[in-house]
Amino acid sequence: MLEISNLTATAGDKDILKGITLSVQAGEVHAIMGPNGSGKSTLAQVLAGHPSYEVTGGSVLFEGEDLLELDPEERAHKGVFLAFQYPIEIPGVSNAYFLRSAYNAMRVARGGEEVDPMEFLDVMEEKLKIVEMDDAMLARSVNVGFSGGEKKRNEILQMAVLEPKLAILDETDSGLDIDALRVVAEGVNKLRRPDNAAIVVTHYQRLLNYIVPDFVHVLAGGRIIRSGGKELALELEEKGYDWLLQEALA
Amino acid sequence: MSVSHWQAAFAARAGRDEPQWLTPMRRTAMASFSALGFPTPKLEDWHYTSLSSIADVPFSIGGPASTTTVADLTPFMINAEWPTIVLLNGTYSPALSSLDSLPAGVVVLDLVQAWQTHPDLVQRHFGTVAVSEHAMTALNTGLMQDGVLVHVPKSVVSDTPIHILHVTDSAGVSSAQFPRTLIVAERFATATVLESFVGLADVAYFTNHVAEVVVGEHATITHSKIQRESNLATHVSTTEVHQARDSHYVNFSMAMGATLSRTNVYTVLDGENCGATLNGLYLGKGTQHTDHQTRIEHAQPNCFSRELYKGVLDHSSHAVFNGKVYVHPIAQKTDGKQSNHTLLLSPDARIDTKPQLEIFADDVKCTHGATVGRMDEAGLFYMKSRGVPAETARKLLTYAFAADVLETIENETVKQALQQLTLERYAGNGAERRTATPAS
Repeated sequence: MLEISNLTATAGDKDILKGITLSVQAGEVHAIMGPNGSGKSTLAQVLAGHPSYEVTGGSVLFEGEDLLELDPEERAHKGVFLAFQYPIEIPGVSNAYFLRSAYNAMRVARGGEEVDPMEFLDVMEEKLKIVEMDDAMLARSVNVGFSGGEKKRNEILQMAVLEPKLAILDETDSGLDIDALRVVAEGVNKLRRPDNAAIVVTHYQRLLNYIVPDFVHVLAGGRIIRSGGKELALELEEKGYDWLLQEALA
Repeated sequence: MSVSHWQAAFAARAGRDEPQWLTPMRRTAMASFSALGFPTPKLEDWHYTSLSSIADVPFSIGGPASTTTVADLTPFMINAEWPTIVLLNGTYSPALSSLDSLPAGVVVLDLVQAWQTHPDLVQRHFGTVAVSEHAMTALNTGLMQDGVLVHVPKSVVSDTPIHILHVTDSAGVSSAQFPRTLIVAERFATATVLESFVGLADVAYFTNHVAEVVVGEHATITHSKIQRESNLATHVSTTEVHQARDSHYVNFSMAMGATLSRTNVYTVLDGENCGATLNGLYLGKGTQHTDHQTRIEHAQPNCFSRELYKGVLDHSSHAVFNGKVYVHPIAQKTDGKQSNHTLLLSPDARIDTKPQLEIFADDVKCTHGATVGRMDEAGLFYMKSRGVPAETARKLLTYAFAADVLETIENETVKQALQQLTLERYAGNGAERRTATPAS
């Protein structure tokens, strides 16, 4: 589904990704872990097409197509979704209007027809259950005045509405208490299907108790320095990142 | 700049049937205009806005009879059930007006009729509020052809908004219009007055409007203006307000039409416990020039004022905001808040903003601020990452920027009408009416 090879990227004149190679197949969950500043979030944002980063080398193929050639909205239409680490507040635009705009844009891009506001409410009823959200959230401006947990739930709600093929969760666990973490993780699990895949970017192993990965990759200094199965996450939890960093240097 | 054209127009109208007290007032005003001339950028108040493009244009005074029908006005009615008085090309049109649904006791008349039927009332207030020494106000007084009187008697609460619709159609090409509005709210009266300025044809003309508003003790006047003149029109409008103790005046100015517009809103809080709210939204495109000047004069203690103006400027449009809050030495415990925020959509768009506080009392709470920004790139990327096309995302964020000031409009119908006008400007989708208002 996703083939990243030797990807390098900069922010301003700072090299951040220094050659990432990663292959994700349908049905798989990949965890990307690593210390702060290792480039985890940059990788997530580069895949979504964030304008602050410049790709300087390598390639990213999504279902055989050059992802890097596409605008952010086109990537979304193809089925790439980024759950933001810091969801953006949009005063003056209601959550319902925002979600419906996105849903309809996606339908039209995929050759379907727009739904009217009433039909969309029916769609939403089922999606709200996935993240245990009240429909009162729909009337509020996007993320404005939302608590940290509500913002992250709102990200997963958007994911549920847009049904991506590849979901990239950027530190979705940060700032969540244990209850919110459970709701968010269960939401993600409910959306798992054999034909979609997820990349879970996280600093801590905690989230991976709920969203169990097939592969764990450790990113440090802009490179993947170790890949393994889910047991690698447990080892990191126990021993921290230092031993790996020292091994990588050795 | 030439004042002779206007002096000749004034001379030509001599001998018309009008109240005796008005003639000397007009003469004094014309003398004042002749001395002042058209404002030039040398004047501090007109530093960024020049009327030189129209000063020498030989406008006719008012327009000839025309064929505009009630149906032509339907899109501009806001609510057809509301009492609506229409001035067509500067003159009252009984055929287009519908005043049947006026609340009991409320008087809405064209001025020419009002100074016959309500001579004392008109004489008592006319020319007593619009006292700023402005050339354009003087010119209006000198050449005013017609206008509207709104009188809300003591303790009358008028729930239904009164709509004053100033219309210029193709017959009004090359005309100058000098409409006058006089709103008098007696003690404990409450009313909402909406003034629309509409151009039906793409023709050039000059509107020079003056509104005088007398807000009695404990009275509340909500006064909104929607300016959607023709794209070739020049629009100058001055609203002056006098507030007695415990009164409230709420003004909203929506400016989206005209090639050049200048809106002045001045209020004097001349009694204790008054409140004034002056809000507005200006939407500039093409080469439009949109200027707002406000002045809130705190002349007595324990009053508050709130002011929020927002603007969205595209292409090479230019807007000016100059808001002054003046606090007299006696006006202790004044609570004033003023802000102006502008979104620039294009590198060629320009805003000159000047919020000003002049405080001569020592126990007051006053703040002011202005921001000028560009499109929120983080919000844009967020929306695009959800598949919303870049253009739609831009329009939605632009609408969202303006949304909060529209949200302050108390009358739900007026609010929705202005939300819709803003949406149409930026989202271009008339089909999205109501149910799809992003705020809902």
